[in-house]
Amino acid sequence: MSVLTSLAQLEAAAAGIAQPLATVRHCHLADHPLVMVPLKLAGEAAAPLAVMIGSDPAAPALLAVPQPRNRDLRFAFAAELAQVVLKHIETHHGAVEDLPPAKDGTERIRYTDAPQLLVPNRGGVGFLRMLGRSTRFRRTDGPYAVEPSVPVLGRWLTWYTDRHDHPGSALLMTMTEALRLHWATGQSSLEDGNLAALLGWIAPPGGMDGPAAAARAEDPVLSPPAGPVTDPGFDNEVLAPAIAAFDASGRDPRAEERVRRVLEGQLAPTWELMWRAVEVLRALPEGASVPARWERDRDSFTYFHQTFGEAYPQARRDSPVRAAKRLHDMERAQDAYDAQRAFDDPLVMAEHRLNGLAFGGTVTECDPTRLDESGKRPKLRPHLRVGTEDPVRLDPGTEVCSAARPGLKGRVVSVDGASVLLELTGGLGRKLTPEPGSVPGVGARVVFTSLIPGSFGPSRFPDKENTPWTHGGPPADYEPTDEDAAEDWS
Amino acid sequence: MTDTAPALDLDRLRGATPPRNHDARTIAALTANPGCARRGVMDAAGVDKDAVSRTLGFPAPFGQSQFAITRGNVFEAQVKADGCAELLTLLRDRLGLAVPEVSYDDLEVVAGNEGRELRHARTRRLLRRALDSGEGTLYDHPLLRLEIAGQVAYLEPDVIAFQIEGRFHIVEIKSFAVIDGQAEPSQVAAAARQAAVYVLALRRLVAELGHPAERVSHEVILVCPENFSNRPTVTPVDVRPQLAVLERQLARLTRVDRIVAELPEDLSFDLAGALDEAVRAVEARYAPECMSSCEMAFFCRDEARACGATGALGRSVRDDLGGVDSIGTALALADGTLEPAADLAETAAQLRTAARLRAEALQSAGQGTAPDGAGLGSVA
Repeated sequence: MSVLTSLAQLEAAAAGIAQPLATVRHCHLADHPLVMVPLKLAGEAAAPLAVMIGSDPAAPALLAVPQPRNRDLRFAFAAELAQVVLKHIETHHGAVEDLPPAKDGTERIRYTDAPQLLVPNRGGVGFLRMLGRSTRFRRTDGPYAVEPSVPVLGRWLTWYTDRHDHPGSALLMTMTEALRLHWATGQSSLEDGNLAALLGWIAPPGGMDGPAAAARAEDPVLSPPAGPVTDPGFDNEVLAPAIAAFDASGRDPRAEERVRRVLEGQLAPTWELMWRAVEVLRALPEGASVPARWERDRDSFTYFHQTFGEAYPQARRDSPVRAAKRLHDMERAQDAYDAQRAFDDPLVMAEHRLNGLAFGGTVTECDPTRLDESGKRPKLRPHLRVGTEDPVRLDPGTEVCSAARPGLKGRVVSVDGASVLLELTGGLGRKLTPEPGSVPGVGARVVFTSLIPGSFGPSRFPDKENTPWTHGGPPADYEPTDEDAAEDWS
Repeated sequence: MTDTAPALDLDRLRGATPPRNHDARTIAALTANPGCARRGVMDAAGVDKDAVSRTLGFPAPFGQSQFAITRGNVFEAQVKADGCAELLTLLRDRLGLAVPEVSYDDLEVVAGNEGRELRHARTRRLLRRALDSGEGTLYDHPLLRLEIAGQVAYLEPDVIAFQIEGRFHIVEIKSFAVIDGQAEPSQVAAAARQAAVYVLALRRLVAELGHPAERVSHEVILVCPENFSNRPTVTPVDVRPQLAVLERQLARLTRVDRIVAELPEDLSFDLAGALDEAVRAVEARYAPECMSSCEMAFFCRDEARACGATGALGRSVRDDLGGVDSIGTALALADGTLEPAADLAETAAQLRTAARLRAEALQSAGQGTAPDGAGLGSVA
């Protein structure tokens, strides 16, 4: 949050409609994402109640558990869900594309696409995480055998939810977070957690303004919650009697149909909202670095898909080395993501300008052929003076680059109240005169920033076998046990 | 205790309805927004805020699903069955406590009477004996008292006080799952805040009985279902940070009698009276966080929005605006139509820069900045 975002919120509150926080779309949006709207039973850690799922807005599938406390019905649900999810995964990764071999000569491939999952909110991700955790250790033989697809689903869900923690990843996205990245509403972040209210501010239904649409969204009868937690009123008045009738009827199909129907009524409005939100996001032009981030996602997907058969289910807890590496990867991804968004989007760059880490203005003086002759050989070091009203907080000597062309690098020479003197150091060509067009001329509008994309290099971590004693020494290899497979799910 | 003049005033404030007891949830929530006079007064007077908000047309959405209630009750009954047999096994095996012979006293009902003074007296009596003799192990449903903003509140903790080696521990049974040693952080935090209230109240009681307060441990024992099963697991939780916050906030709480003294003399929250006016007479300090803990939140939110308060957009927005309380003022400062007073000059300058940068960025991206041109009204 910053004053800039706060200002957008104030404008939204005054105007009665959401205001943009971004001018481009900062997330990848698949042509056919798999939308999932899960519901769980209140009070339970991960008792699935229902999910509405599909990649065609007009043809959602409804999977439901007529008695969520029944273990067999839960596993039947997990098997059904596995069928849909695994089929989507296998049909949406595109072809295999050969890449130039790695430095050590190993072959590299990448799928041309990757399956994208969309859920309404963070709670949905948490639920999928729990569902993954409660199914990935199951065995397909022995006393507590489950359908072969169930542990496979568990491992995929675990992988997707882990990937969701990765900044900038679009493999599993929540709609509320995706929308909030692009719009500010006239309500608080707490209220923005309600998908219907949030979308109500961004794209209110005909004849309404943001506040009216949001008020309507807060009525659980008109607008059922987007899950995974259901409305208590619905639980007590509608769902509980339906489930009781199912129990009393001795699992009569008509009673089951009744449970499904009431759950469908809770899910259908959110299903509509999800696809409307997809449309709203699609209307934004894609940011320039979105394809590059999606390529990382495809790499990650390719690796997991290719090694799936050889690997064990993910351990309950990360080993110390793996945890440290994962944290480091996430920090790097966050750094790159923040920088990339700023370069893609002047509105995000404006945040950095407000903080004094970037500045924009008009070139007032330009010496494109200035040479630095203090060393043995002369170097091309053009001077550029940029007039700016921004509150610049950059010390002399700070490295900066151009927001429009990050290859154009320079160094701050001096900052006075209304202008910054820069010495350009890179992106000018190899000769002692700059390449035509590389130095902005007098009158040109420029933005320079101290953000340098990709400045956060990878670190080296020890192998698992060399885990230092400070971190408990090398951990025992994880092997799933019978106990894991037979774990209660009650 | 200060059961003096203000208590009478407070009874009058409440009108004809009987007082509501505080529970640890309301006290823990009180410390979340200590500056709110409306909440302070209504809680101190034991006003039924749920009824008030419903009468005002802003019912609080704090319903609970019967599935969650059933699950919680079943789990609690299971842990407490047979004189807390399962709990004792856990305390012995998991925490390695050498629990010798065990006694179990339920303090919920005293000779068929549920009067709170009586129940509190019994709690006192039994605890005094336990403290003096070091005997007695489990005390279920103790009724405790805590002074809040000059008023005595009774606490009905759904917990067990557990004594071992001369020290008391609070045992709190919760039905959220601990999965691979981790639970939902927000739920653990809420449980720890509540437990801290009980620890504090029990410590005050122990001190009143002439024993060192440290005989109540700062380590509470959380009992939760393990993984996806119904099997309980115990986790010791250190609530010292929560205790420190609680003690500081309780000490800082605006003295309710001082607020009451400034209110109109005939003010009453009687449901049949001029309720709306009465509630508005006491100043609220709304923040979106109120939604999760205060029954009045929807009413206060409506009020805050109606007067364009920046706080309705969230604490971070109010903080970013450095003391500008009104949306209209902030926007006028941003577009330069309002000259800031000296103390707001810095905020105003930043707002103006922000407005200029926003406009510039939106323009360079080819979008207008007209207020009604934003959003995506046409998509629907």
